[in-house]
Amino acid sequence: MQLDAKVPEGAIDEKWENHKFDVRLVNPNNKRKFKIIIVGTGLAGASAAATLGELGYNVEAFTFHDTARRAHSIAAQGGINAAKNYHNDGDSVFRLFYDTVKGGDYRSREANVYRLADASLAIIDQATAQGVPFAREYGGLLDNRSFGGAQVSRTFYSRGQTGQQLLLGAYSALMRQVEAGTVKVHTRAEMLDIVVKDGRAVGIVVRDLVTGEVTSHSAHAVVLATGGYSNVYYLSTNAMACNVTAIWRAHRKGAAFANPCYTQIHPTCIPASDEFQSKLTLMSESLRNDGRIWVPKNADDKRPPNQIPPEDRDYYLERIYPAFGNLVPRDVASRASKRMVDAGKGVGPLENGVYLDFATSIEREGKQTIEERYGNLFEMYNRITDENPYEVPMRIYPAPHYTMGGLWVDYNLMTTIPGLYAIGEANFSDHGANRLGASALMQGLADGYFVLPYTIGDYLADYLNTEPVPTDDPAFSEVRSEVDERVKGYLATHGSRSVDWFHKELGKIMLDQCGMSRSEAGLQKALSDIPALYEEFKSDVKVLGSDDSLNQSLERAARVEDFFELAQAMCVDALNREESCGGHFREEYQTEEGEALRDDENFTNVSAWEWSGDPANPTLNVEPLDFEYVKLTTRSYK
Amino acid sequence: MTSTIENQRAPFPIAFYRSAVGKKWAMAVTGLAIILFTIAHMIGNWKIFFPDVDGIPEIDLYAEALRGLLFPLLPEHVVLWIMRTGLIVVFLLHIHAAYSLTIMNRRARQDDYAGPRQYIAANYASRTMRWSGTIFLAFLLFHLADLTWGFQPMAPEVWERGEVYANFVATFSRAPVALLYVVAMAALALHLYHGAWSMFQSLGVNHPRFNLWRKGFALGLAVLVFVGNSIMPISVLFGWVG
Amino acid sequence: MNITLQVWRQDGPGVTGGFKTYQVTDVSPEMSFLEMLDLLNERLTNQGEEPVAFDHDCREGICGTCGVMINGQAHGPQLGTATCQLHMRKFQDGATIVVEPWRATGFPILRDLVVDRSAFDRIMEAGGYITVDTGSAPDANLIPVPKPVADTAFDAAACIGCGACVAACPNGAANLFTAAKVSHLNLLPQGQAERWTRTERMVEIMEEFFGSCTNHGECEKACPKSISIDFIAMMNADYVKAKFKNRRLLAQRG
Repeated sequence: MQLDAKVPEGAIDEKWENHKFDVRLVNPNNKRKFKIIIVGTGLAGASAAATLGELGYNVEAFTFHDTARRAHSIAAQGGINAAKNYHNDGDSVFRLFYDTVKGGDYRSREANVYRLADASLAIIDQATAQGVPFAREYGGLLDNRSFGGAQVSRTFYSRGQTGQQLLLGAYSALMRQVEAGTVKVHTRAEMLDIVVKDGRAVGIVVRDLVTGEVTSHSAHAVVLATGGYSNVYYLSTNAMACNVTAIWRAHRKGAAFANPCYTQIHPTCIPASDEFQSKLTLMSESLRNDGRIWVPKNADDKRPPNQIPPEDRDYYLERIYPAFGNLVPRDVASRASKRMVDAGKGVGPLENGVYLDFATSIEREGKQTIEERYGNLFEMYNRITDENPYEVPMRIYPAPHYTMGGLWVDYNLMTTIPGLYAIGEANFSDHGANRLGASALMQGLADGYFVLPYTIGDYLADYLNTEPVPTDDPAFSEVRSEVDERVKGYLATHGSRSVDWFHKELGKIMLDQCGMSRSEAGLQKALSDIPALYEEFKSDVKVLGSDDSLNQSLERAARVEDFFELAQAMCVDALNREESCGGHFREEYQTEEGEALRDDENFTNVSAWEWSGDPANPTLNVEPLDFEYVKLTTRSYK
Repeated sequence: MTSTIENQRAPFPIAFYRSAVGKKWAMAVTGLAIILFTIAHMIGNWKIFFPDVDGIPEIDLYAEALRGLLFPLLPEHVVLWIMRTGLIVVFLLHIHAAYSLTIMNRRARQDDYAGPRQYIAANYASRTMRWSGTIFLAFLLFHLADLTWGFQPMAPEVWERGEVYANFVATFSRAPVALLYVVAMAALALHLYHGAWSMFQSLGVNHPRFNLWRKGFALGLAVLVFVGNSIMPISVLFGWVG
Repeated sequence: MNITLQVWRQDGPGVTGGFKTYQVTDVSPEMSFLEMLDLLNERLTNQGEEPVAFDHDCREGICGTCGVMINGQAHGPQLGTATCQLHMRKFQDGATIVVEPWRATGFPILRDLVVDRSAFDRIMEAGGYITVDTGSAPDANLIPVPKPVADTAFDAAACIGCGACVAACPNGAANLFTAAKVSHLNLLPQGQAERWTRTERMVEIMEEFFGSCTNHGECEKACPKSISIDFIAMMNADYVKAKFKNRRLLAQRG
């Protein structure tokens, strides 16, 4: 497989401008002749569908939710970065670019990241014009807050519901296009496979979740905006339905999957309370602005937190990383917490958390200020744990949260299958080995509003005045019957264990062996345990009901099966990457102080895996990464 | 239930009234008119407590004056009939809007909950508006037959046109009738307790500084109308008047 | 804890459904209501009975996917809380809990506890947006928005579109949802150009699907985001004004 990133020529700040001039355009009158399928209606999908609709393309959007506004982008709390420098603290596009590359531990593509930082400016303008109610200062202008991994205040926010407000903005733009007739939204419609003909993506096969009907949809181009795969761990902060199916099926059809082992563990989640736990709840990272993280110095100290005097507390982030303190990047903060809990200093009934304490801030700023900033988060915490964080420190622990890996895409966001694009969390491009806080929203919207709408025209220009492949073409009927067979297969297994049981077991293996820290032995073990469990799944899964009505276990069965294959690819990738970088921490590669140790000589590259037919033995392709503008240093937040 | 396009074709007031928000606005405006009439009617009737003027009950003079409003500027009874017509239109609109909204709301929930509901904000008054309204309407017809038209057997046997005070005393001397009036006033008060508050919402009269007063106003109005009206049949029944 | 559940089971749209009683034993008070349903479903699956279908996704009270009537209250007894954030500690051990889907003609039942809320999308399509093509926006700080205005707009925008307002309304009205959407945009300076057409269109499309507001206030109490019915008053006022506005003179002050 030939990986051509198609990074344009020129200085970093000129590449995108040059590229926009160089790509072929589609005449406004011709745009309506092109049909584009977009799968997923989160930030990336909704913004892309709306923008392509505005441009005049004929768009069909698909979501498995009951409405386009439910995607998990909605749960992002903290904010969205933009290099507006409204606060005159020295921010610039270059600094945001630099911070993002550094935060990603130098495993991302410079040109893409620069474009992302550049687009951040227009995103804020666009969202504000749509009526997104960003927080404002008393003068009526936009307020900012600081976030992990940055020393400037560049995060725009809407209380603790920034993702919700941005998604509603994109959704409203989408609804406008539905009214205008340029976009058709299919709800409760899950894409179960893509259709490739003559090496090009020509459509998708979809199952209607209410009627069970499996249908084909063809188009000139297909865009996947289906998010990340953290749910491979079962317990994650992702919504229950988040899954890998769309991008995994594309992978099986020939799209390279890049860096599957790059997963992010978010440091501030509410610790699990028991084995029935169905998901973990994230508390915005912004809490680290005012909260101080600590554990008792002495592992045997079982006093309630308020009775532990300051001298017996270990504010370990402030101690180890004096420059960034509680605001170190997510991977660093997460691993530090894990070390504390592993050392027996965990707090809470299950001793599986660390304290996040607001007492100092409440004393300094007053309860009202803290309430204004985080009121809804405190409420949420109280609702879940029945504890009052104004009085008792919160308990937090890291949880899987975001996946930097995803489908490999070139500078145009096209995968290795011509005509198939991946945007947002579904692709791998911008965050390297670790994503900075408040950058996910930025990337989803940059891809959807400002990148894809330009680059897709370059591909489409070749197909002017051609019709999409008809859905009665054998290419479609073949995939449709495969999907049908797969769906019926789960019902015919008549096994003894539920889908959720298998998902939980898989999650346990992944969290233990391919989670916050990985080792060769552990990964090898996972690579023998997962296929065994997968075989058991195939022969012993129990799915009741029928395939011609709403059947939620059946939906989950298909998703879990794809997780089984993905999990193996993740372990293979983690095993292959013999270094520690960002969210990928190999125990064999660490400094004496326990920090990640990169191997820039051998691993300044992207691992793009190609489907070989055997999930445990994919074919490796490597895209080397060149750093012209950012100097590779050891990330230090001390 | 009309589409936007259809709405735009109709003349403005009809288009407005076709929408449920418009109907609620109409109910609020007509409700306000009825409230004002009720208060004026009540204050006027309090004249039964006043002493006779030259041997004629003051309320009889008051009634005569109403009939002769703006006479001789205009022919006798004209102003009274203008007011009466206005009232009839107001009542009809209020009832029509209520009726069609009820139909709309029934349609909006064809299958009701199978289990019991537990209301948090909705109170007895708000949930029984259509019943309190209907009871009051039935009473209103009785009341007109009794004291305005003098229809038997609603009216007392001694009923005579123009003898307001005597008719008044005669009708309330019948305990069941007095009781009926008190019950009807309770229904009206209940109706007003929700209606007078609801009116502000429907008209969109909303200001954080005064919002707290809206429910207080509604309660005060309900109490005033109940006590102020019920006191009259009770006074007759207990012999304090007549 | 041990719980007796009476759950509405219905095989599909338009077919007759009914309550079924299940004993759920060994429920932990730390469980969320939906985790308790997960537990029930796991046990039902093991017994060979089809699990109860219910909508859910983020399980942190923001996506608006979940929502059922619990003992006759939308999202259950805890105010300002979506079903997914309701915990079993709010119930007594040994309690009987009646679980029903949202009921409204505008929300047809699809199966068990799952309803179709796409009517909300129709309302949004009618005007729940500000017309601004991607790329045409001016600098974000060009239009200052007074903080209290931005805050109030946010209060309205916090709506998660779960449909509890419709479910709780004795009239099956969607005025709180629509008012939240209308007010969010009508309050902001950016939303002024389309303010009157938006209000008219959204209200009229809403009325094609739902009942009318009779100001019970039940919606506000059911709302997991505690959105105020003050927004309904605002929408009513704007609707009346919209009918009177001379659209050609809209840019006039006052």
